[in-house]
Amino acid sequence: MKIESPYLLTRRAFLGRASMGLGSLALASLVEPKLLALPPGVSGFPNFAPRAKRVIFLCMAGGPSHLELFDPKPELAKRHGQPMPESVTRGQQIAQLQGQELRILGPQHGFRRYGKCGLEASELLPHIGSIADEFCLIRSMQTEQINHDTAHTFMNTGTAIAGRPSMGAWITYGLGSEAEDLPGFVVLTSQGGGQDQPISARQWHCGFLPSKYQGVRFNSGAEPVSYVRNPKGVDREAQRELIQAVADLNRAQAEMMEDPEIATRIAQYELAFRMQMSVPDLVDLRNEPKHILEMYGVESVDGSYAANCLLARRLAERGVRFIHLYHRGWDHHGEIKQGLVTVTRLVDRPTAALVKDLAQRGLLEDTLIIWGGEFGRTPMAQGTGRDHHIKGFSMWLAGGGVKKGFTYGATDEFGYNAVEDPVHVHDLHATMLHLLGIDHTKLTYRFQGRDFRLTDVGGRVVRDILA
Amino acid sequence: MRSRASVLISLGLAGVWTAHAELRFNRDIRPILSENCFACHGPDKNTRMAGLRLDVREEAIAKGAIRPGDPLASKLLQRIRSPKPALRMPPISSHKALTERQKELLEQWIAQGAPYEPHWAYIRPERPPAPPGPEGVDYLVNKKLEERGLKPVGEADRRTLIRRLSFDLRGLPPSWEEVRAFVEDPDPKAYEKLVERYLASPAYGERMAVWWLDLVRYADTVGFHSDVPVSVHPYRDYVIRAFNSNKPFDVFTREQLGGDLLPGAGREQLVASAYNRLNRMTNEGGAQAKEYLAIYAADRVRTTGSVWLGSTVGCAECHDHKFDPFTARDFYQLKAFFADIEERGVYNGHGDFGPRIQTPPVGRESELERIESELAALRRQGEGKLAETEAALAQFADWLRARNTEWRRLRRGKVTAASGLQFRRTEEGAFLASGRMPSRDLHTVELELGRGRLTAVRIEALAPEELTGGDCSFLVTKVEGELVRGNKLIPLEFALGISDGVDPAHPARYALDGNDHTGWGANGGLRRNVEQAMFVLGKPLETRPGDRLRLRLKYEGWASRQVLGHFRVSVSGADFPELVPPAADFEHPVRLRTYFRAYTQGNAHWQALRALERRRQQLLDSGSECLVTRAAPPRLTRILPRGNWMDDSGEIVEPQVPHFLKPLSASGRPTRLDLANWLVDRDNPLTARVVVNRLWKMFFGTGISKTLDDLGSQGEPPVNPELLDWLAVEFMDSGWDIKHMVRTMVLSATYRRSSQPTPKLKEADPYNRYHARQAVTRLEAEFVRDTALAVSGLLNTKIGGPSAKPYQPEGYYRELNFPKREYVPDWNENQYRRGLYTHRQRTFPHPALIAFDATPREECTAERPVSNTPLQALVLLNDPSFVEAARVFAERILRNGGATVDERIDFAFREAFSRLPTAQERAILQRLYASQRAHFRRNRGAAGQLLTVGMARVGGDLDQRELAAWTGVSRALFNKHEFITRY
Repeated sequence: MKIESPYLLTRRAFLGRASMGLGSLALASLVEPKLLALPPGVSGFPNFAPRAKRVIFLCMAGGPSHLELFDPKPELAKRHGQPMPESVTRGQQIAQLQGQELRILGPQHGFRRYGKCGLEASELLPHIGSIADEFCLIRSMQTEQINHDTAHTFMNTGTAIAGRPSMGAWITYGLGSEAEDLPGFVVLTSQGGGQDQPISARQWHCGFLPSKYQGVRFNSGAEPVSYVRNPKGVDREAQRELIQAVADLNRAQAEMMEDPEIATRIAQYELAFRMQMSVPDLVDLRNEPKHILEMYGVESVDGSYAANCLLARRLAERGVRFIHLYHRGWDHHGEIKQGLVTVTRLVDRPTAALVKDLAQRGLLEDTLIIWGGEFGRTPMAQGTGRDHHIKGFSMWLAGGGVKKGFTYGATDEFGYNAVEDPVHVHDLHATMLHLLGIDHTKLTYRFQGRDFRLTDVGGRVVRDILA
Repeated sequence: MRSRASVLISLGLAGVWTAHAELRFNRDIRPILSENCFACHGPDKNTRMAGLRLDVREEAIAKGAIRPGDPLASKLLQRIRSPKPALRMPPISSHKALTERQKELLEQWIAQGAPYEPHWAYIRPERPPAPPGPEGVDYLVNKKLEERGLKPVGEADRRTLIRRLSFDLRGLPPSWEEVRAFVEDPDPKAYEKLVERYLASPAYGERMAVWWLDLVRYADTVGFHSDVPVSVHPYRDYVIRAFNSNKPFDVFTREQLGGDLLPGAGREQLVASAYNRLNRMTNEGGAQAKEYLAIYAADRVRTTGSVWLGSTVGCAECHDHKFDPFTARDFYQLKAFFADIEERGVYNGHGDFGPRIQTPPVGRESELERIESELAALRRQGEGKLAETEAALAQFADWLRARNTEWRRLRRGKVTAASGLQFRRTEEGAFLASGRMPSRDLHTVELELGRGRLTAVRIEALAPEELTGGDCSFLVTKVEGELVRGNKLIPLEFALGISDGVDPAHPARYALDGNDHTGWGANGGLRRNVEQAMFVLGKPLETRPGDRLRLRLKYEGWASRQVLGHFRVSVSGADFPELVPPAADFEHPVRLRTYFRAYTQGNAHWQALRALERRRQQLLDSGSECLVTRAAPPRLTRILPRGNWMDDSGEIVEPQVPHFLKPLSASGRPTRLDLANWLVDRDNPLTARVVVNRLWKMFFGTGISKTLDDLGSQGEPPVNPELLDWLAVEFMDSGWDIKHMVRTMVLSATYRRSSQPTPKLKEADPYNRYHARQAVTRLEAEFVRDTALAVSGLLNTKIGGPSAKPYQPEGYYRELNFPKREYVPDWNENQYRRGLYTHRQRTFPHPALIAFDATPREECTAERPVSNTPLQALVLLNDPSFVEAARVFAERILRNGGATVDERIDFAFREAFSRLPTAQERAILQRLYASQRAHFRRNRGAAGQLLTVGMARVGGDLDQRELAAWTGVSRALFNKHEFITRY
């Protein structure tokens, strides 16, 4: 026998038994499940005790307006329709408003106070408001990229250059995943409420990291993961027999020759088969009680943001490391008033439900939730809407290790520049990694002769928001 | 003789032994300094600490860091050995630490006088002594093996050898016939013959193209934001042709970087110059042109630096390189070479991505060349012959009349619009709408056709005189139709769309391209009375009395265009239908004169010209567009401080090559062509090494320096520098002959070795860096697909042409927008094209390719990662492409595999793996067959379901359940690890 790994021995023993008549049992049930979880690609992480074990990133794609949602600016109402002071905008990047007259647009929706902490947030967000005492709001976010594609890439990889790993890939690379039969990094998408800007698969790509750390996007249709369904006419038992024959053939091959990849291949088929069962199980909501479905506002797994929030909880329960939701509906260049009404109706309630549901299950304390877009929107009007804005916008964090009912940072009177405690995207990444027990300067990967990291050459842990 | 060294190695004392040998700066010292010191004491002046640099000997000595021969007096040693943590180098904040062994090496090196060497990759390679040809490879490899006391394994058996060679040179498995012929060939030159045959096979170029297209990041879409399609596939076909015709690599280089600047540049060179246009591009509304121009240019420098120089030049965009001598100035000087490329930072939303040319369909290039040379000859003859005489005008009018009578106007019928728009017929036989014109609609035109011959349909968009609303610009995004014969519908298969070309961005062929985004149109109103397009059928149709023509004009564009509100339709039966103005338009003498000039001239000579031009145009129109490079006055190039595109304070620079390499000599401003010439100059130390190192990796599993994309200071010094240099010099001396290099490598004994290590080798050289055995590699993504198609018999071996669309999970593109996209898989023989031709959507590459580590082609990739994941298993198990291939293979097994189960298993096995199964393997497959058969017998209808996965039809004469059971067996074979592994 040429392959000595104890792992393979387990597999061999198992396969031997399976082919001797235990065939009708699911393959998976015979193996020590922990062996199948995704191992990290590097050792030594976490570097210190983590406050969070997993991340749910609720990406509000398109760029939600902080000026209507989380950052009240009475000055804008006062100066509605007046020219924007040139001292603020001179020399700054502008997206669609290039070459146009810059006039102030007053807030299009009212604000009210929420929670014991008295957070001022939009009237459109009663449910998120109801968890105001749970999260930490950052009003001083900054990014470097002003167009959707590059801004998402920056938010996900810390650079606008393609080909670098996204944060979900970095984190699963550093920590592996506890999910026994699901990918460690899962992506769910939904849309509605505004122009649905495209999102590239680059946003969850593993870049130069090994492919197993790539995000797997779930679909809402009959096939939740590409190719997870058996071919037509092949039932689970027939598929199991086939996979077992493949394993037997591979085992025979391993005995004939030297190729350590065969052992891995056998294990991957096992995991694939398990995914073929676990994925349908994941999206089967029959066991969810009615009050939970109502809490989220979910009727079925229909690709809605609400359904994705419920799936996010189910993925978190199953040990998935990084769960990334995208809701494409926040790009309000025009008719922002109505657009926000529509999109918040889709997003407000399920977001709050997710936080509350995790809390009542004791999962919130070690789950980090991040809510926000790739950038914010201008105080200046673009017709009846607002343009892209990168110098100051809002995001909030909840759960594992973050202060509750706390507001951090501030923008100027126009909501234009982050003037108090600015938080750069690299800082957000550094803080997120810190909460996961990772020193962001240590999680590196050698590529083209350089040690790359998520925070590039920047990043500072925002200690003020840590609980 | 058993050397002292090998004894020591076997005792595990190799480290001690090398410590006493002569140290080599590049091999032993530079990697330590580069990794631990250069970031603060290296080339980048902006981050240099204490003014000390250790990459230049004189400066290190001047600062007292090094005192040659006296380690104890050298500050470098004092600091790395300092007992005080605060003084110790490298500092804690750097997260770097030296091992005791590294400290010893530095000490010995200083004791030996601290000799420096220029970085190995920047020294002109010289040929070390070695026999010529493949023996040279073996000599240099074996020399290294002897030094290390390693004994190579023997030659692989012939079956393994032919599989290896076939995968390596063709990306396909050998057929059983090929295997048998080779195994049984008594000719001592059998292997050499095989190599020549595979090198001559068209599949060779396809295999090599996969490698090159990764480097140049070729894809079928623009990559940013909307990620809409852009036609550059003629460039992909150029690459395949270049490898197949063994175009010398220096020519290949010149044509890609500066094909448009070459004297006498033809279509081939222009298509090659698409290389400069393969970067991602944006058409997002809010993008800023200046920013994106900076992005495109930086991308080009990174790519070119990686493709030819194997260097991470991109690091110098914001600052001097931290490890290599590239300065930020070098970066921007390289950028300046490309400043003449005509391009826009932000393109509009209508599919116009800058300079492009029309190319003929694949395989018809020589036909076009013939026509063009005839045309040129005719033009030369005709100079001065064409005059605007009365006779010539009359002749021209006759010609127009004759062409016009070929068109038959269809007057009887009606137009119905999905929007409810009402059309009425005018006296002139046109259709005229009233009311407000929508921008999206579907018009169904139904006209009496009658008896005759049908070769083309012409639509004339008429002047907007009576129309209300809008400026009468229009965009027909799709034209389709059928012949209605009683209850029968005969689809009209339009092969060509040709229009007057008043609006060059919207030619008629765009109404046939299946893209909702593009179409035939006119912008800003009809500038002439008539705007016309004709749609030519692929095959003429004979029509019968009572036949009707039904056309559907679709308007799906989201642009602010409208529908056609005033138009008429005519048909032609001519072999070469010609678009000419309607008679009423040219009978007027002034107009006739205008048309005469517009149509060049009107005499017999002109008619001959015209006939040739027509053939040329039709040939081109049935081909594809390709982006090309067009030179314009160069844009100003400034050094961007910190890479900031908004900062205009940097110095203006001219094109120049990196300062530490041999300077480029050119009169005047150096061009891209000068850069290309410099890259393939015999004195350039990098290009040849970079290429042969990558070729080596292709055939031996790992590069001689394993960092294929970085031969700089942070890259791995070559494990066998003599071999690398010998190959590099051989490459240049051969006239940059790629096939020669491939031949040299695969004919070597080193290549032919078995991939099975001895226990000793496994221990002494676990990563097989010395090639005492062959490597085991997994097939690349494209070849995984190709292998399944080839074994099943489905493979379509057509070369080139527009990309193909294999099955893809539904909704996979749902996050794409502007416009929304629905992926429609090819439902014809294109379904079975090689993976190389799969449509490359940059933001959503095909999931089966991605699962097997294909890259998105957004950035230059010199080496793909190789992974082994559950998603790969799911692809091979469940992707309809593989399931379909399995069931078609099953049919082949039943028809050709003999009568008994065992015979069939043997047949299937040898087709898939070029060998017969062992008894154990046969037993496993017997069991599987029995269980699958039972399954399909038990479950009614299951077989029928499985056998309809994919579009291929299976023989109705075969027992469906039997076929389904063998499909199960085939799937198992396709999923076996051996199926996707090259041993």
